[in-house]
Amino acid sequence: MIVAKRNETSRETMTLNNQAPELARSEAPSELLRELVAHLRQNRTQLREEWVVRISETRLLTAMTKEEIFAEATSIYDSYVEALETEAFEALQAYARNLSERIIPRGVETHEVVGIVLLLRDVLARSLFAKYQNDFKKLNRILDAYEPAANRIANTVAVGFVQERERVIRQQQEAIRELSTPVLQVRERLLILPIIGVIDPQRARQLTEQLLRGIRTNRAKVVVIDITGVAAMDVTVANHLVQTVEASRLLGATVIVTGLSPEIAQTLVTIGVDLGKMNTVGDLQGGIEQAERVLGYKVATLAEPEPR
Amino acid sequence: MEVPILKQGAVLIATFQAALSDADLNQLRMGLVQQVVKFRSRAVIVDVTAMDVMDSFASRTLREIAHMIRLRGADTVIVGIQPEVAFAMVQLGLTLEGVATALDLEEGLAYLNEKFKTTN
Repeated sequence: MIVAKRNETSRETMTLNNQAPELARSEAPSELLRELVAHLRQNRTQLREEWVVRISETRLLTAMTKEEIFAEATSIYDSYVEALETEAFEALQAYARNLSERIIPRGVETHEVVGIVLLLRDVLARSLFAKYQNDFKKLNRILDAYEPAANRIANTVAVGFVQERERVIRQQQEAIRELSTPVLQVRERLLILPIIGVIDPQRARQLTEQLLRGIRTNRAKVVVIDITGVAAMDVTVANHLVQTVEASRLLGATVIVTGLSPEIAQTLVTIGVDLGKMNTVGDLQGGIEQAERVLGYKVATLAEPEPR
Repeated sequence: MEVPILKQGAVLIATFQAALSDADLNQLRMGLVQQVVKFRSRAVIVDVTAMDVMDSFASRTLREIAHMIRLRGADTVIVGIQPEVAFAMVQLGLTLEGVATALDLEEGLAYLNEKFKTTN
Protein backbone atom coordinates (compact mmCIF):
# COMPACT_ATOMS: atom_id res chain seq x y z
CA MET A 1 0.00 0.00 0.00
CA ILE A 2 2.77 2.40 0.99
CA VAL A 3 4.59 1.45 -2.14
CA ALA A 4 1.67 2.31 -4.35
CA LYS A 5 1.20 5.64 -2.63
CA ARG A 6 4.80 6.56 -3.11
CA ASN A 7 4.49 5.83 -6.79
CA GLU A 8 1.41 7.96 -6.99
CA THR A 9 3.07 10.99 -5.46
CA SER A 10 6.09 10.73 -7.67
CA ARG A 11 3.80 10.36 -10.65
CA GLU A 12 1.97 13.53 -9.77
CA THR A 13 5.06 15.63 -9.55
CA MET A 14 6.22 14.19 -12.80
CA THR A 15 3.00 15.00 -14.56
CA LEU A 16 3.43 18.59 -13.45
CA ASN A 17 6.84 18.64 -15.04
CA ASN A 18 5.51 17.04 -18.12
CA GLN A 19 4.58 19.80 -20.50
CA ALA A 20 2.72 17.82 -23.13
CA PRO A 21 1.52 14.45 -21.90
CA GLU A 22 -0.45 13.76 -25.10
CA LEU A 23 2.63 14.22 -27.16
CA ALA A 24 4.58 11.94 -24.89
CA ARG A 25 2.33 9.04 -25.76
CA SER A 26 3.54 8.94 -29.30
CA GLU A 27 5.70 5.95 -28.48
CA ALA A 28 3.64 2.75 -28.48
CA PRO A 29 3.21 1.16 -25.07
CA SER A 30 4.36 -2.19 -26.44
CA GLU A 31 7.66 -0.66 -27.44
CA LEU A 32 8.03 0.83 -24.00
CA LEU A 33 7.27 -2.51 -22.47
CA ARG A 34 9.92 -4.08 -24.65
CA GLU A 35 12.45 -1.59 -23.44
CA LEU A 36 11.31 -2.21 -19.89
CA VAL A 37 11.64 -5.95 -20.25
CA ALA A 38 15.10 -5.60 -21.72
CA HIS A 39 16.08 -3.49 -18.75
CA LEU A 40 14.67 -6.05 -16.30
CA ARG A 41 16.45 -8.88 -18.09
CA GLN A 42 19.71 -7.02 -18.04
CA ASN A 43 19.60 -6.35 -14.33
CA ARG A 44 18.06 -9.69 -13.44
CA THR A 45 20.72 -10.83 -10.97
CA GLN A 46 20.94 -7.57 -9.13
CA LEU A 47 17.21 -6.90 -8.91
CA ARG A 48 16.50 -10.41 -7.83
CA GLU A 49 19.08 -10.16 -5.06
CA GLU A 50 17.57 -6.92 -3.92
CA TRP A 51 14.14 -8.41 -3.90
CA VAL A 52 15.23 -11.41 -1.82
CA VAL A 53 16.92 -9.08 0.65
CA ARG A 54 13.73 -7.04 0.92
CA ILE A 55 11.70 -10.21 1.46
CA SER A 56 13.84 -11.29 4.37
CA GLU A 57 13.96 -7.75 5.73
CA THR A 58 10.20 -7.56 5.92
CA ARG A 59 10.10 -11.09 7.40
CA LEU A 60 7.85 -12.57 4.80
CA LEU A 61 7.88 -16.28 3.95
CA THR A 62 9.37 -17.20 7.32
CA ALA A 63 8.20 -20.76 6.80
CA MET A 64 10.72 -21.22 3.97
CA THR A 65 14.53 -21.43 4.01
CA LYS A 66 16.74 -18.83 2.32
CA GLU A 67 17.65 -21.20 -0.50
CA GLU A 68 14.02 -22.00 -1.18
CA ILE A 69 13.08 -18.33 -1.19
CA PHE A 70 15.89 -17.65 -3.61
CA ALA A 71 14.86 -20.46 -5.94
CA GLU A 72 11.22 -19.39 -5.88
CA ALA A 73 12.18 -15.76 -6.27
CA THR A 74 14.14 -16.61 -9.40
CA SER A 75 11.26 -18.38 -11.06
CA ILE A 76 8.70 -15.80 -9.94
CA TYR A 77 10.96 -13.07 -11.30
CA ASP A 78 11.28 -14.80 -14.65
CA SER A 79 7.56 -15.49 -14.89
CA TYR A 80 6.88 -11.90 -13.92
CA VAL A 81 9.11 -10.51 -16.64
CA GLU A 82 7.70 -12.95 -19.13
CA ALA A 83 4.16 -11.92 -18.29
CA LEU A 84 5.18 -8.30 -18.74
CA GLU A 85 6.66 -9.10 -22.10
CA THR A 86 3.97 -11.28 -23.60
CA GLU A 87 1.01 -9.86 -21.69
CA ALA A 88 -0.23 -13.43 -21.55
CA PHE A 89 -1.31 -14.21 -18.04
CA GLU A 90 -2.26 -17.85 -18.45
CA ALA A 91 1.27 -19.09 -17.85
CA LEU A 92 1.63 -16.87 -14.81
CA GLN A 93 -1.74 -17.99 -13.53
CA ALA A 94 -0.73 -21.62 -13.88
CA TYR A 95 2.55 -20.88 -12.18
CA ALA A 96 0.79 -19.06 -9.33
CA ARG A 97 -1.51 -22.01 -8.81
CA ASN A 98 1.39 -24.43 -8.90
CA LEU A 99 3.35 -22.30 -6.45
CA SER A 100 0.36 -22.03 -4.12
CA GLU A 101 -0.08 -25.78 -4.20
CA ARG A 102 3.48 -26.19 -2.98
CA ILE A 103 3.58 -23.48 -0.34
CA ILE A 104 0.10 -23.67 1.16
CA PRO A 105 0.83 -26.91 3.06
CA ARG A 106 3.82 -25.15 4.60
CA GLY A 107 1.64 -22.51 6.16
CA VAL A 108 2.33 -19.54 3.90
CA GLU A 109 -0.31 -16.87 4.42
CA THR A 110 -2.15 -14.79 1.86
CA HIS A 111 -0.60 -11.54 3.06
CA GLU A 112 2.87 -13.00 2.50
CA VAL A 113 2.21 -13.95 -1.10
CA VAL A 114 0.59 -10.62 -1.87
CA GLY A 115 3.39 -8.94 0.06
CA ILE A 116 6.22 -10.45 -1.96
CA VAL A 117 4.56 -9.67 -5.27
CA LEU A 118 4.03 -6.06 -4.21
CA LEU A 119 7.63 -5.96 -3.04
CA LEU A 120 8.81 -7.09 -6.45
CA ARG A 121 6.63 -4.46 -8.05
CA ASP A 122 8.20 -1.91 -5.76
CA VAL A 123 11.77 -3.08 -6.38
CA LEU A 124 11.28 -2.98 -10.13
CA ALA A 125 9.61 0.43 -10.01
CA ARG A 126 12.51 1.81 -8.02
CA SER A 127 15.00 0.48 -10.51
CA LEU A 128 13.00 2.27 -13.18
CA PHE A 129 13.17 5.49 -11.19
CA ALA A 130 16.91 5.05 -10.89
CA LYS A 131 17.32 4.41 -14.55
CA TYR A 132 15.19 7.23 -15.90
CA GLN A 133 15.65 9.81 -13.18
CA ASN A 134 17.06 12.26 -15.67
CA ASP A 135 14.20 11.90 -18.10
CA PHE A 136 10.91 12.43 -16.34
CA LYS A 137 8.84 12.30 -19.50
CA LYS A 138 10.17 8.93 -20.40
CA LEU A 139 9.82 7.69 -16.84
CA ASN A 140 6.24 8.79 -16.87
CA ARG A 141 5.52 6.90 -20.05
CA ILE A 142 7.38 3.84 -18.87
CA LEU A 143 5.36 3.84 -15.67
CA ASP A 144 2.18 4.26 -17.67
CA ALA A 145 3.05 1.07 -19.45
CA TYR A 146 4.44 -0.72 -16.43
CA GLU A 147 1.88 -0.06 -13.74
CA PRO A 148 -1.27 -1.54 -15.31
CA ALA A 149 0.66 -4.64 -16.25
CA ALA A 150 2.24 -4.92 -12.82
CA ASN A 151 -1.10 -4.45 -11.10
CA ARG A 152 -2.61 -7.12 -13.25
CA ILE A 153 0.20 -9.49 -12.39
CA ALA A 154 -0.19 -8.84 -8.66
CA ASN A 155 -3.89 -9.37 -9.03
CA THR A 156 -3.44 -12.61 -10.93
CA VAL A 157 -1.03 -14.05 -8.40
CA ALA A 158 -3.17 -13.06 -5.41
CA VAL A 159 -6.35 -14.42 -6.94
CA GLY A 160 -4.55 -17.62 -7.94
CA PHE A 161 -3.31 -18.09 -4.42
CA VAL A 162 -6.67 -17.45 -2.80
CA GLN A 163 -8.44 -19.75 -5.25
CA GLU A 164 -5.98 -22.51 -4.55
CA ARG A 165 -6.43 -22.00 -0.83
CA GLU A 166 -10.18 -22.16 -1.13
CA ARG A 167 -9.89 -25.33 -3.16
CA VAL A 168 -7.72 -26.90 -0.45
CA ILE A 169 -10.17 -25.84 2.24
CA ARG A 170 -13.12 -27.26 0.31
CA GLN A 171 -11.27 -30.51 -0.20
CA GLN A 172 -10.44 -30.78 3.49
CA GLN A 173 -13.98 -29.96 4.52
CA GLU A 174 -15.24 -32.72 2.31
CA ALA A 175 -12.71 -35.16 3.72
CA ILE A 176 -13.71 -34.29 7.26
CA ARG A 177 -17.34 -34.64 6.37
CA GLU A 178 -16.81 -38.07 4.92
CA LEU A 179 -14.65 -39.27 7.78
CA SER A 180 -16.71 -37.81 10.55
CA THR A 181 -19.82 -39.92 10.23
CA PRO A 182 -19.17 -43.61 9.83
CA VAL A 183 -22.18 -45.86 10.13
CA LEU A 184 -20.84 -49.27 11.09
CA GLN A 185 -22.52 -52.61 11.11
CA VAL A 186 -21.29 -54.71 14.04
CA ARG A 187 -23.76 -57.53 13.77
CA GLU A 188 -26.49 -58.59 11.43
CA ARG A 189 -29.11 -55.81 11.72
CA LEU A 190 -27.16 -53.85 14.33
CA LEU A 191 -25.56 -50.54 13.42
CA ILE A 192 -23.27 -48.34 15.46
CA LEU A 193 -22.92 -44.63 14.90
CA PRO A 194 -20.04 -43.26 16.95
CA ILE A 195 -20.08 -39.47 17.04
CA ILE A 196 -16.92 -37.61 17.99
CA GLY A 197 -16.32 -33.90 18.21
CA VAL A 198 -18.50 -30.89 17.92
CA ILE A 199 -21.83 -31.27 16.17
CA ASP A 200 -23.13 -28.24 14.36
CA PRO A 201 -26.56 -28.20 12.77
CA GLN A 202 -25.13 -28.98 9.34
CA ARG A 203 -23.22 -32.00 10.58
CA ALA A 204 -26.22 -33.13 12.56
CA ARG A 205 -28.36 -33.07 9.44
CA GLN A 206 -25.76 -35.02 7.56
CA LEU A 207 -25.47 -37.57 10.37
CA THR A 208 -29.20 -38.12 10.29
CA GLU A 209 -29.20 -38.54 6.55
CA GLN A 210 -26.40 -41.10 6.65
CA LEU A 211 -27.95 -42.98 9.52
CA LEU A 212 -31.37 -43.22 7.91
CA ARG A 213 -29.82 -44.33 4.66
CA GLY A 214 -27.65 -46.82 6.54
CA ILE A 215 -30.71 -48.26 8.27
CA ARG A 216 -32.29 -48.84 4.90
CA THR A 217 -29.31 -50.35 3.13
CA ASN A 218 -28.25 -52.57 6.04
CA ARG A 219 -31.84 -53.40 6.99
CA ALA A 220 -30.96 -52.53 10.55
CA LYS A 221 -33.31 -53.19 13.43
CA VAL A 222 -31.27 -51.62 16.19
CA VAL A 223 -28.94 -48.63 16.08
CA VAL A 224 -26.57 -47.63 18.85
CA ILE A 225 -25.64 -43.94 18.71
CA ASP A 226 -22.60 -43.39 20.88
CA ILE A 227 -22.00 -39.79 21.85
CA THR A 228 -19.22 -40.36 24.39
CA GLY A 229 -16.98 -38.18 22.24
CA VAL A 230 -19.39 -35.26 22.27
CA ALA A 231 -18.80 -32.98 25.22
CA ALA A 232 -21.81 -30.75 24.82
CA MET A 233 -24.53 -29.93 22.36
CA ASP A 234 -26.84 -26.98 22.08
CA VAL A 235 -30.60 -27.14 22.17
CA THR A 236 -30.95 -27.20 18.37
CA VAL A 237 -28.67 -30.18 17.97
CA ALA A 238 -30.22 -31.98 20.94
CA ASN A 239 -33.61 -31.52 19.34
CA HIS A 240 -32.17 -32.86 16.14
CA LEU A 241 -30.91 -35.93 17.97
CA VAL A 242 -34.39 -36.58 19.30
CA GLN A 243 -35.81 -36.15 15.81
CA THR A 244 -33.27 -38.62 14.48
CA VAL A 245 -34.40 -41.16 17.05
CA GLU A 246 -38.02 -40.67 16.02
CA ALA A 247 -37.27 -40.82 12.30
CA SER A 248 -35.35 -44.06 12.82
CA ARG A 249 -38.37 -45.49 14.57
CA LEU A 250 -40.48 -44.63 11.54
CA LEU A 251 -38.12 -46.82 9.54
CA GLY A 252 -38.69 -49.59 12.02
CA ALA A 253 -35.39 -49.33 13.87
CA THR A 254 -34.88 -48.95 17.59
CA VAL A 255 -32.29 -46.40 18.64
CA ILE A 256 -30.18 -46.74 21.76
CA VAL A 257 -28.22 -43.64 22.75
CA THR A 258 -25.12 -44.26 24.84
CA GLY A 259 -22.44 -42.20 26.51
CA LEU A 260 -24.52 -39.14 27.36
CA SER A 261 -22.35 -36.67 29.23
CA PRO A 262 -23.89 -34.92 32.24
CA GLU A 263 -24.05 -31.67 30.27
CA ILE A 264 -25.96 -33.28 27.41
CA ALA A 265 -28.26 -35.02 29.86
CA GLN A 266 -28.94 -31.60 31.37
CA THR A 267 -29.71 -30.18 27.93
CA LEU A 268 -32.09 -33.01 27.11
CA VAL A 269 -33.91 -32.57 30.40
CA THR A 270 -34.11 -28.82 29.86
CA ILE A 271 -35.74 -29.15 26.46
CA GLY A 272 -38.13 -31.66 27.99
CA VAL A 273 -37.50 -34.76 25.93
CA ASP A 274 -40.08 -37.49 26.31
CA LEU A 275 -37.83 -40.07 27.93
CA GLY A 276 -40.24 -42.84 27.06
CA LYS A 277 -39.18 -42.46 23.44
CA MET A 278 -35.47 -42.21 24.13
CA ASN A 279 -33.68 -45.42 24.88
CA THR A 280 -30.48 -44.57 26.73
CA VAL A 281 -27.76 -46.73 28.23
CA GLY A 282 -24.68 -45.58 30.14
CA ASP A 283 -21.85 -46.67 27.89
CA LEU A 284 -21.24 -48.22 24.50
CA GLN A 285 -20.72 -51.72 25.92
CA GLY A 286 -24.02 -51.55 27.74
CA GLY A 287 -25.65 -50.24 24.58
CA ILE A 288 -24.40 -53.12 22.48
CA GLU A 289 -25.47 -55.64 25.13
CA GLN A 290 -28.92 -54.09 25.22
CA ALA A 291 -29.08 -54.16 21.41
CA GLU A 292 -28.14 -57.83 21.40
CA ARG A 293 -30.94 -58.55 23.85
CA VAL A 294 -33.41 -56.74 21.59
CA LEU A 295 -32.20 -58.73 18.58
CA GLY A 296 -32.34 -62.00 20.53
CA TYR A 297 -28.62 -62.64 20.59
CA LYS A 298 -27.04 -64.26 23.59
CA VAL A 299 -23.33 -63.94 24.09
CA ALA A 300 -21.84 -66.72 26.19
CA THR A 301 -18.32 -67.70 27.10
CA LEU A 302 -17.50 -71.09 25.59
CA ALA A 303 -14.62 -71.82 27.92
CA GLU A 304 -12.41 -70.06 30.40
CA PRO A 305 -9.67 -68.25 28.51
CA GLU A 306 -6.43 -70.17 28.72
CA PRO A 307 -3.86 -68.67 31.04
CA ARG A 308 -0.90 -67.38 29.13
CA MET B 1 -56.88 -43.55 -7.20
CA GLU B 2 -58.18 -46.28 -4.99
CA VAL B 3 -55.83 -48.26 -2.80
CA PRO B 4 -56.09 -52.02 -3.27
CA ILE B 5 -56.48 -54.01 -0.06
CA LEU B 6 -55.11 -57.53 -0.27
CA LYS B 7 -55.89 -60.29 2.17
CA GLN B 8 -53.00 -62.48 3.17
CA GLY B 9 -54.11 -64.96 5.82
CA ALA B 10 -54.99 -63.06 8.93
CA VAL B 11 -53.33 -59.93 7.65
CA LEU B 12 -54.69 -57.22 5.36
CA ILE B 13 -52.16 -55.41 3.18
CA ALA B 14 -52.88 -51.98 1.72
CA THR B 15 -50.23 -50.71 -0.68
CA PHE B 16 -50.11 -47.05 -1.71
CA GLN B 17 -49.36 -46.88 -5.41
CA ALA B 18 -48.86 -43.14 -5.62
CA ALA B 19 -49.59 -39.95 -3.77
CA LEU B 20 -53.21 -39.98 -2.70
CA SER B 21 -55.84 -37.31 -2.53
CA ASP B 22 -57.60 -36.61 0.75
CA ALA B 23 -60.75 -38.31 -0.56
CA ASP B 24 -58.78 -41.47 -1.39
CA LEU B 25 -57.33 -41.48 2.10
CA ASN B 26 -60.78 -41.17 3.67
CA GLN B 27 -62.01 -43.98 1.50
CA LEU B 28 -59.03 -46.14 2.47
CA ARG B 29 -59.71 -45.51 6.15
CA MET B 30 -63.30 -46.67 5.91
CA GLY B 31 -62.42 -49.53 3.57
CA LEU B 32 -59.74 -50.91 5.86
CA VAL B 33 -61.87 -50.86 8.97
CA GLN B 34 -64.79 -52.48 7.16
CA GLN B 35 -62.56 -55.22 5.77
CA VAL B 36 -61.00 -55.88 9.15
CA VAL B 37 -64.50 -56.48 10.44
CA LYS B 38 -65.48 -58.55 7.44
CA PHE B 39 -62.46 -60.87 7.38
CA ARG B 40 -61.85 -60.87 11.13
CA SER B 41 -58.25 -59.92 10.39
CA ARG B 42 -55.72 -59.76 13.15
CA ALA B 43 -53.52 -57.10 11.64
CA VAL B 44 -53.20 -54.51 8.87
CA ILE B 45 -50.04 -53.53 7.04
CA VAL B 46 -50.02 -50.19 5.24
CA ASP B 47 -47.19 -50.01 2.73
CA VAL B 48 -46.19 -46.44 1.88
CA THR B 49 -42.98 -47.21 -0.04
CA ALA B 50 -44.25 -45.38 -3.12
CA MET B 51 -44.98 -42.16 -1.24
CA ASP B 52 -42.23 -39.60 -1.57
CA VAL B 53 -44.13 -36.90 0.28
CA MET B 54 -46.28 -37.26 3.34
CA ASP B 55 -48.38 -34.28 4.32
CA SER B 56 -50.00 -33.71 7.67
CA PHE B 57 -53.36 -35.01 6.49
CA ALA B 58 -51.91 -38.29 5.24
CA SER B 59 -49.92 -38.66 8.41
CA ARG B 60 -52.94 -37.96 10.61
CA THR B 61 -55.05 -40.37 8.59
CA LEU B 62 -52.48 -43.11 9.06
CA ARG B 63 -52.56 -42.53 12.81
CA GLU B 64 -56.34 -42.56 12.82
CA ILE B 65 -56.39 -45.76 10.80
CA ALA B 66 -54.09 -47.36 13.35
CA HIS B 67 -56.19 -46.23 16.29
CA MET B 68 -59.49 -47.25 14.69
CA ILE B 69 -58.11 -50.66 13.86
CA ARG B 70 -56.85 -51.08 17.39
CA LEU B 71 -60.40 -50.42 18.57
CA ARG B 72 -61.37 -53.38 16.41
CA GLY B 73 -58.80 -55.46 18.28
CA ALA B 74 -56.25 -55.69 15.45
CA ASP B 75 -52.71 -54.33 15.01
CA THR B 76 -51.43 -51.89 12.41
CA VAL B 77 -47.93 -51.67 10.99
CA ILE B 78 -46.83 -48.86 8.69
CA VAL B 79 -44.02 -50.05 6.45
CA GLY B 80 -41.72 -48.56 3.82
CA ILE B 81 -41.42 -44.96 4.97
CA GLN B 82 -38.57 -43.43 2.98
CA PRO B 83 -35.65 -41.97 4.97
CA GLU B 84 -36.25 -38.47 3.63
CA VAL B 85 -39.95 -38.70 4.29
CA ALA B 86 -39.29 -39.98 7.81
CA PHE B 87 -37.14 -37.02 8.69
CA ALA B 88 -39.47 -34.53 7.09
CA MET B 89 -42.36 -36.01 9.07
CA VAL B 90 -40.45 -35.80 12.33
CA GLN B 91 -39.56 -32.19 11.66
CA LEU B 92 -43.23 -31.43 11.17
CA GLY B 93 -43.98 -33.22 14.42
CA LEU B 94 -45.78 -36.09 12.69
CA THR B 95 -44.25 -38.98 14.56
CA LEU B 96 -47.09 -41.55 14.31
CA GLU B 97 -46.99 -42.14 18.04
CA GLY B 98 -48.35 -45.45 19.18
CA VAL B 99 -48.20 -46.89 15.68
CA ALA B 100 -45.85 -49.75 14.90
CA THR B 101 -43.48 -49.15 11.98
CA ALA B 102 -41.17 -51.43 10.01
CA LEU B 103 -38.61 -51.07 7.26
CA ASP B 104 -40.55 -52.87 4.53
CA LEU B 105 -43.33 -55.38 3.91
CA GLU B 106 -41.12 -58.33 4.80
CA GLU B 107 -40.12 -56.77 8.11
CA GLY B 108 -43.70 -55.88 8.86
CA LEU B 109 -44.85 -59.46 8.30
CA ALA B 110 -41.96 -60.77 10.42
CA TYR B 111 -42.93 -58.37 13.20
CA LEU B 112 -46.55 -59.50 13.10
CA ASN B 113 -45.64 -63.20 13.03
CA GLU B 114 -43.50 -62.67 16.09
CA LYS B 115 -46.36 -60.87 17.78
CA PHE B 116 -48.91 -63.55 16.86
CA LYS B 117 -46.63 -66.20 18.33
CA THR B 118 -46.40 -64.49 21.69
CA THR B 119 -50.13 -63.73 21.92
CA ASN B 120 -51.26 -67.20 20.93
